[in-house]
Amino acid sequence: MLIIDHVGVTFNVGTPDENRALRDVSLEVNRGDFVTVIGSNGAGKTTLYNLIAGTYAPTAGRILLRGKDITKTPEFRRARFIGRIFQNPLLGTAGKMTLEDNMVICHKKGYKGLGISLNHKLREYFRERLRELDMGLETRLKDNVDQFSGGQRQALTLLMAVLSEPDLLLLDEHTAALDPRNAEIVMNLTRTFADRYGLTVMMITHNMSHAIEYGNRLLMMDSGEIVLDVGSAEKPKLTIDEIVQRFRDIKRRELTNDKMLLNP
Amino acid sequence: MIQGILIEGLVYGIMALAVFITFRVLDFADMTVDGSFPLGSAIMGVLLVGGMNPFVAILIAFGCGAAAGSVTAVIHAKLKIPSLLAGIITMTILYSINLRIMSNRSYVSLLKVDTLFKEIASWAGQFMPPEYGVLAFLLLSVAAILVIINVFFHTDFGITLGALGSNPQMITSQGMNPEVIKLIGVALSNGLVGIAGALACMYQGSADVTAGTGTVVAGLASLMIGEFLVRSNRIEILTLRVILGSILYRAIMFAGRQYGYKIGLTANDLKIITGVLIIACLVISKYGNGALLRRKGTIKC
Repeated sequence: MLIIDHVGVTFNVGTPDENRALRDVSLEVNRGDFVTVIGSNGAGKTTLYNLIAGTYAPTAGRILLRGKDITKTPEFRRARFIGRIFQNPLLGTAGKMTLEDNMVICHKKGYKGLGISLNHKLREYFRERLRELDMGLETRLKDNVDQFSGGQRQALTLLMAVLSEPDLLLLDEHTAALDPRNAEIVMNLTRTFADRYGLTVMMITHNMSHAIEYGNRLLMMDSGEIVLDVGSAEKPKLTIDEIVQRFRDIKRRELTNDKMLLNP
Repeated sequence: MIQGILIEGLVYGIMALAVFITFRVLDFADMTVDGSFPLGSAIMGVLLVGGMNPFVAILIAFGCGAAAGSVTAVIHAKLKIPSLLAGIITMTILYSINLRIMSNRSYVSLLKVDTLFKEIASWAGQFMPPEYGVLAFLLLSVAAILVIINVFFHTDFGITLGALGSNPQMITSQGMNPEVIKLIGVALSNGLVGIAGALACMYQGSADVTAGTGTVVAGLASLMIGEFLVRSNRIEILTLRVILGSILYRAIMFAGRQYGYKIGLTANDLKIITGVLIIACLVISKYGNGALLRRKGTIKC
């Protein structure tokens, strides 16, 4: 489904601020995979997402989606196949517009024409889909979205992303800004939708128990590299302690390497 | 007097509608207006002197205004500079272009030309005060423009345009290039300004290259006054209150011209009134309370 082939990104090339955000990352994600991505701040998780989504282009390597090279495809065009949900619940919906207007924009991706597609039939379809969220939003089609809670908006964003059945769904800590109860609701919806529509999902999270509990594959990133890749055979047996231990091991190895370099 | 206020309010109301589309809907601070308004005016003046059908001239004014808006949007998108600066650049260029359109004269008089307004006035003069004829014509025109804009904002594309100002990331995420949508919006807006300039030219009986100074600010003032009148999220109300605000603004300006001398104001001080009016609107909407006065969002420049 998604192939990342020796991709690297360096920011501010040739300046003292030069920063190798990703170093020669290769990754293959299969159709129907649910991959959780963990790593400390600055590990390169969001940079990886930005490359996949097309926010910017890599300095090296190429990216393929369903066998098609999309390395140079602009973000808005990739968005027709790739859904992305940000940590900030406000980024997924237009607050100053009504729920039904938001749904009109999202139920079909790509440029819109001068037709008026909002009618009774479409409203009924929207209500039917909103019922899947079980939040009572189906009765609030005429309300502005900025009246909804962060949890409701994020759940809505999730539904809107799923409506177009994307080839790949990128979740960037999409529950981190929510309170624990709403975070659980959105996480459950995520799993439900992923199963129901057979979505291919990548999910960045800082919540270790989510990383363990969800998905069939786990990636750990550090300093712009994928340092750990646990597949479906091993993942069910994985525990939080084990991940933390492995992370420490990797870090220690680096530290000792540095020490060896510094004190020959 | 009252006809004058209404006529001016309607003519400049079309321009205020354009300012509403850029500043409020698109969140795009567009200064092009100060150039595209005299552009529409200059085109109308020159074409009427040349004997062109006024309705065709209005269409051409719309097209040229739209082209000016596109230039601003392209400068903004391609050079990645703020909308405000992009608009100022286009506005500056337009000053010279407007002079060229008017064959390097700063003023074109329609004194000897039978304009549409004159014809309407003389026809209407048979059975009512001539100015009412022009007023009726403008009322119909503005009503038609309002209907077209309202329907436009109900179309899928119009809804997308509305979402762009609120959340550009969402437009990208839905597979559209926000710059393309923005360009169409800014072009449409400046097309409207071109129409307003063309109508103003016929009303004033002349085209003046300096007529654009302060247009956008007047539009903003009208917009804000309108926002005090009614509160709503329905597009029909939002656009209607812009026109009402514009009429009210012209009334205030008229009062300033007519009675300002009592507190020592002259016609030269009208821009002070406009500026103070905008500041007052901003202060009241920021610190005032009560449902009527509360309003979401501030102006971003």
